[in-house]
Amino acid sequence: MGRFWSLFFLLVPILGVATFVAAPMYHYWLPEDVSISGQGDVVDGLFYFILYLTGAVFIGTEVVLFWFMWKYDAATTKEPVKYSHGNHTLEIVWTIIPAGTLLFIAIYQMNAWADQTMRIPKNPGLEIEVVARQFEWRIKYPGPDGKLGTQDDIHMVNDLHIPKDKEVLMHLKSMDVLHSFFLPNLRVKQDAVPGMSIPVWYTAIKSGSYDLVCAELCGWGHYKMKGRLTVESDEDFARWLEGVRKNQEAEQ
Amino acid sequence: MSTASIGHGHGHAHSHASGNDSWANVKKFLSSYVFSLDHKVIGIQFLFSTLLWFFVGGILALGIRWQLAWPWADMPVIGRMLFSAEGGQISPEFYTMLVSMHASVMIFFVIIPILAGAFGNFLIPLMIGADDMAFPTLNMLSYWFMWPAFISMTLSFFAHGGGPSSGWTVYPPLSSVPSAAPGSHNAQTLWLIGLTFVGVSSMMGSVNYLTTIIMMRAPGMTMFRLPLTIWGMFITAVLQAFALPVLTAAGFMQVMDRVMGTGFFIPEGLTVNGIDAGAGGGQPLLWQHLFWFYSHPAVYIMLLPAMGMVSDILACFARKPIFGYKPMVYSISGIAGLGFIVWGHHMFMSGMNPALGMTFMVSTMMIALPSAIKTFNWLGTIWGGKIQYTTPMLFSLGFLSMFIIAGLSGIFMAATPVDRFIHDTYFIVAHFHYVLFGSTALAVFGAIHFWFPKMFGRMMNEPLGKLHFFLTIIFFNGTFFTMHILGTGGFPRRLADPYHYETFKHLQTMNQFMTISAVLMVAVQVIFVFNFIYSMFWGPRCGRNPWHANGLEWSAPSPPGHGNFDVQPIVYRGPYEYGSPETDQDYYPQTQPPPAGALAVAKDHH
Repeated sequence: MGRFWSLFFLLVPILGVATFVAAPMYHYWLPEDVSISGQGDVVDGLFYFILYLTGAVFIGTEVVLFWFMWKYDAATTKEPVKYSHGNHTLEIVWTIIPAGTLLFIAIYQMNAWADQTMRIPKNPGLEIEVVARQFEWRIKYPGPDGKLGTQDDIHMVNDLHIPKDKEVLMHLKSMDVLHSFFLPNLRVKQDAVPGMSIPVWYTAIKSGSYDLVCAELCGWGHYKMKGRLTVESDEDFARWLEGVRKNQEAEQ
Repeated sequence: MSTASIGHGHGHAHSHASGNDSWANVKKFLSSYVFSLDHKVIGIQFLFSTLLWFFVGGILALGIRWQLAWPWADMPVIGRMLFSAEGGQISPEFYTMLVSMHASVMIFFVIIPILAGAFGNFLIPLMIGADDMAFPTLNMLSYWFMWPAFISMTLSFFAHGGGPSSGWTVYPPLSSVPSAAPGSHNAQTLWLIGLTFVGVSSMMGSVNYLTTIIMMRAPGMTMFRLPLTIWGMFITAVLQAFALPVLTAAGFMQVMDRVMGTGFFIPEGLTVNGIDAGAGGGQPLLWQHLFWFYSHPAVYIMLLPAMGMVSDILACFARKPIFGYKPMVYSISGIAGLGFIVWGHHMFMSGMNPALGMTFMVSTMMIALPSAIKTFNWLGTIWGGKIQYTTPMLFSLGFLSMFIIAGLSGIFMAATPVDRFIHDTYFIVAHFHYVLFGSTALAVFGAIHFWFPKMFGRMMNEPLGKLHFFLTIIFFNGTFFTMHILGTGGFPRRLADPYHYETFKHLQTMNQFMTISAVLMVAVQVIFVFNFIYSMFWGPRCGRNPWHANGLEWSAPSPPGHGNFDVQPIVYRGPYEYGSPETDQDYYPQTQPPPAGALAVAKDHH
């Protein structure tokens, strides 16, 4: 039976790798990245780097497991048991190498993290405010005076438009419970916390319409807290914003 | 340094004395099977309770899977009974309840108590050569304190407005403001009370385990002769003793917020659903810090004993000493130490200061290291052995194979920039199911098959055990490996209907495949249940040491009587002396005196 079980365990790396190779072919994979260079591609690059690295370790260790199971099956092996309590050198080797690798990954990604969350842009192309509440996204654009938080702010619900190629700086807030602002196509996610205003920034470079998802459980209607991100040219964006503003004035 | 405890007293013994009337019989029954002070009975009580809850948790999971495969479709048969009001559909409120309660039940009523409660209780005195726990009454109470928790959480299902529905992490304000969620009235309070009782129970257990392991080891049983199972239990008890008070305090604070109108976790001027949330002045993130300060170490509470048990089983059936015993002990301790400074990795996206996120990222990366060392040592253990493919061995090898996946997928989310994308997606769900089911639950199945002869004096059926292993592994991977792919697609957790998002629409067929696998995975557990119950009564009887293992528990009768050992065990060596040249047989029990003149040989080896 040892033969059978070793081969059964060999299926783990074979099917595991096959799944990860086949999935992208059937488009079960990372959603299209429409962000500027240095944003989404950095995340994807790191993802692939870790995927290849862990993939290699995965294949290596699982194959070794298979091989030991195959070779040291009590029913077939003729070798006597190796009466060994361990090996000091080996322990040091397999401590130092993973430690170095992990430390490398840790340091390697620090810059990307700082770019995402710590280096707040000083001159964003557009500054907006998004307030989450059960179960909608309330979006606020600066009015003609170009400032947020004034009388002429332009309000919108769930329909987030941004100009293409412009850096957007967003102040994320919540009115009631925790929410999470998730733009899969821009690789952006940030929780919204009541009582806090959290800066989030991103730049999209491809026109189109994308999903805005709530990614933090926020109540029974969490699943339907759906927004829409529209990326459009400067002119289209300006025209759309003006339209919204006029509507808003007409209502008042 | 170790102390014998031969003259240790038992309150239990008194009940045997009384006469023949029926009341005495009832009392005798109650004291030996219900309110027993015997650690073995308490362990088995924990085992049965947790296995029952395992079933409940599994059924809740199937509800989740049903909704994700065929959202809003009428559930066949059961749907009509459960949700006749909705015409047999799962409502979104019910779905959030399912998600919350599946996790709560599995974590607080299954994984934690099955390791520490069931195996900790049963194995610690037997494996260290003690006749019982240091505090038998406290031990009994630790089991009975689970019952208020069981009752309170069960009641919370039926509370007005539906069950608790703010996740097992109960993040405020959703959990602490009654107007935030339909089930957020009494259900959430009952849930928190239940959690507190689980905490009290664990605390009683951990104090007992620490004292017992430190004070009651048999003569000759030094700390570095302890089986790794005991090391796992010991470090787990340390983690519980130091981390649990924080959760208990936090739980009380949240109960205060809910009932007394305090505002520990509620910010100033909050209105939810148009209703003023009360006091204010608090911080929702404070809860997350306190909660994860316990619940991250809890991840290791849910893993370290399993790692220990797997080490014992691997060495026994490879017929070979464990590879690198001391590095194993140091890595368990290392995991525990680092485990206290990585909680922030659950909060990378929470709004916590990103500079803090960066430090947590570094410590999180480093906690992968002890796990890697353990994996290599397990591989080293089976290298050059004579592997016997018994059911417990297969489950332990399965643990090893699945734990590799669990450990490696953790590196993705430790990388903060990547976590920004995969956080709160199914990638995380895949990761922790590989830890909790792929690793811990497989280890538990292995441990049940391994120690069943000691618990009941009978063997479990091997072919049925292997069939159960074979089918469980297949359907487990069918259900959960694919979740990595879902997560890579950005598929979020806890959404009752993700398919109205364009990004996730095409992932439904994959979810249907996973649901079918999950249903089959639950279905094949029937084999295990049958095997367990059948073997308890009709399995072949076994002697003291059916596996030819070295541990002290195998020198006691099967099942051990009251007080465990008929002969006071004296320990001459560590528990992993398989294939030792000092003896002709391929195992060398810890209690077997060395042959005359072997002392010199033994010294060469160490």
